[in-house]
Amino acid sequence: MNWNKIFALCLRHVYLIKGSFPRILDLIYWPTIQIFLWGFISKFFTLTSSYYENTVGIILSAAILYDFLFRSSISYNMMFLEEIWSRNFTNLFIAPIKISEIITALTITAIFRTLIGLLPAALIAIPLFGVSIFKLGIPLIFLMISLYIFGVTLGLLVTAGLLRYGPSFENIAWASLFFLAPLGCIYYPIEILPDFLQGLAKLLPLVHIFEELRNILINNTVNFNTIVISITISIIYFIFGVVIFYLAYFGAKKRGTLINIGE
Amino acid sequence: MKLEVINISKKFNNIFAVKDISFTIDKNKTMGLLGPNGCGKTTSIGMMLGLISPSSGKIIIDNKELNSKNRIELLGSINFASPYIELPKKLTVFQNLNVYAKLYGVKNASQRIDEMIENLNLKDFVYKKNGELSSGQKNRVSLAKSLINKPKLLFLDEPTASLDPDVGDYVRTFLENYKSQNELTILLASHNMAEVERLCDNIVMMKKGKIIDRGSCKALIEKHGRKNLEDTFLKLARNKDELE
Repeated sequence: MNWNKIFALCLRHVYLIKGSFPRILDLIYWPTIQIFLWGFISKFFTLTSSYYENTVGIILSAAILYDFLFRSSISYNMMFLEEIWSRNFTNLFIAPIKISEIITALTITAIFRTLIGLLPAALIAIPLFGVSIFKLGIPLIFLMISLYIFGVTLGLLVTAGLLRYGPSFENIAWASLFFLAPLGCIYYPIEILPDFLQGLAKLLPLVHIFEELRNILINNTVNFNTIVISITISIIYFIFGVVIFYLAYFGAKKRGTLINIGE
Repeated sequence: MKLEVINISKKFNNIFAVKDISFTIDKNKTMGLLGPNGCGKTTSIGMMLGLISPSSGKIIIDNKELNSKNRIELLGSINFASPYIELPKKLTVFQNLNVYAKLYGVKNASQRIDEMIENLNLKDFVYKKNGELSSGQKNRVSLAKSLINKPKLLFLDEPTASLDPDVGDYVRTFLENYKSQNELTILLASHNMAEVERLCDNIVMMKKGKIIDRGSCKALIEKHGRKNLEDTFLKLARNKDELE
C-alpha cells in the first residue's frame, strides 16, 4: 500500500468538501435535523413511557449513533458516486492504484465526512436536551468503531453493486440502511421483535451495539463482552464486504463496465 | 515503450466485440486506430489499459505481459485522454493536476504541474473549477493530466473531438512538439482523418471487431486508389467484404 496515493485520493475529497460551503452545510444539516426530531420524540417518551422513565436521552443517544452509522455508509457511497457523476471513474481506474488503496482512502475520508456532520449535532444536543453521548465514556469509542466498520461494510457492498449494476444501483445506496433499521433494534429492545426475527437480528452487530447502549444508560454498567461480539461481527461483515467488492471489480473488468460506467 | 497486441478477442454475451486482433507499435511511433462507431476501438483500448479482461490473447508492453500482477507497475508509465471522460468538475485545474500527480507518484510534482501549466497554456484558468471551463480548455487540462506522469505510452481516444479547428490544431501541434522532445509511443483512435494523416506513422483499420487493413497512410491510400485517407476510410467502412 502506498500512503501517498491514499493521501491523494483523500485529498480529492477534501478539496471537494473544502471548496463548497453548501456541501459542508449538507453534511451538518441532516444530523442536526435528526437530533431535533428525535430529541422531541424522546422527550415525549420520557414523559409518558414507563420503560424509559428516568432514562432521558436513550432514544436521542440511539438516534445519534444510528445517524453515525447512516452517515458513514452514505459518505462512502457518495464518494464513489461522485466519481461516477463527474465521469472521473475511468481516470481513477487507469491510475496506478490498487483496489486496497481505493478502499482505504474511501474508509479514511468517510470518517472525516461523518464526523463533520455528527460532531455539531452531538454538541447541539447537550444544551438543547441535556443529552450528551459523551457520557457513555470510553465504551462510546468502541461502539462507534463497531458502527463505523459496519457502516463502511454497507458502503462497500453498495459500491460493489454500483460496479456490478452501474449507476442504476444508486437508489439502493440511499435505501440500504432503511432495510436494516427495523432488524437493528435501534430504538427498542430485541424482545419486541417476533421470535423468528430475533435470531436473524442477532446476526447483525447493530442489535448488540444498541442493546449495550441501553445497558450502559439504564444500568450504568458496561458489558465489554457484548461490545467485543459486536466488533467481531462487524469485522466478519467487513471482510465479506471486501471480498464482494473485489469480485464486483473483477466482474466489471470481465463485463467491460469500468470504461463506460458513467454513461 | 513498445506495445504488442497478440490475438486478443473480447466476447460479451457470446458475441465478439473484438475478434483476434494483433498489431505492434514500435517505441516512439504513433499508430492510428480507425474504424466506424461500434467497431471495437474503445473495447480494444480498454483491454490495453487493463480495464477490460480479454477473453483471449495477450497484451505485451515493453516485453512484459499485462496481467493483474504487473498492471499497477505498467500503468505508472501509461496514460489516457478522451473527451468522453472528465476530471472532477468541482475541483480546480490545479487541484486536479495535484491529485493526479500524487496518484501517479510524480517526483517534483509542483515542478511538473508548472511545466504542464506553461506548456499547455493553462495559466489563465488554473484556479478555475474544471466544470467552469470551455470544451477547448477542458481538453487541454485533460491532456495535461494525461502527460502529468511523463508517460511512455499514451492512449488518445478522439482527442480533438468537438473542438473548433483552431483549438484542434493547437492540440495537434502540441502533441507533435511534445513527441519530438520526449520518448512517447501513441495509440490514437480518431475519426478525424486529417489528424491521423498528420500524426500517425501507421494505421490499423477495424470493422466489426476485426482488423480489415493496416499500413502507412500513404500506402493505404495508394493501395485502395483513393485521393486521401477520408476516401480510403469510406471505401473500407462501406465495403461488405473483409480485406484481411
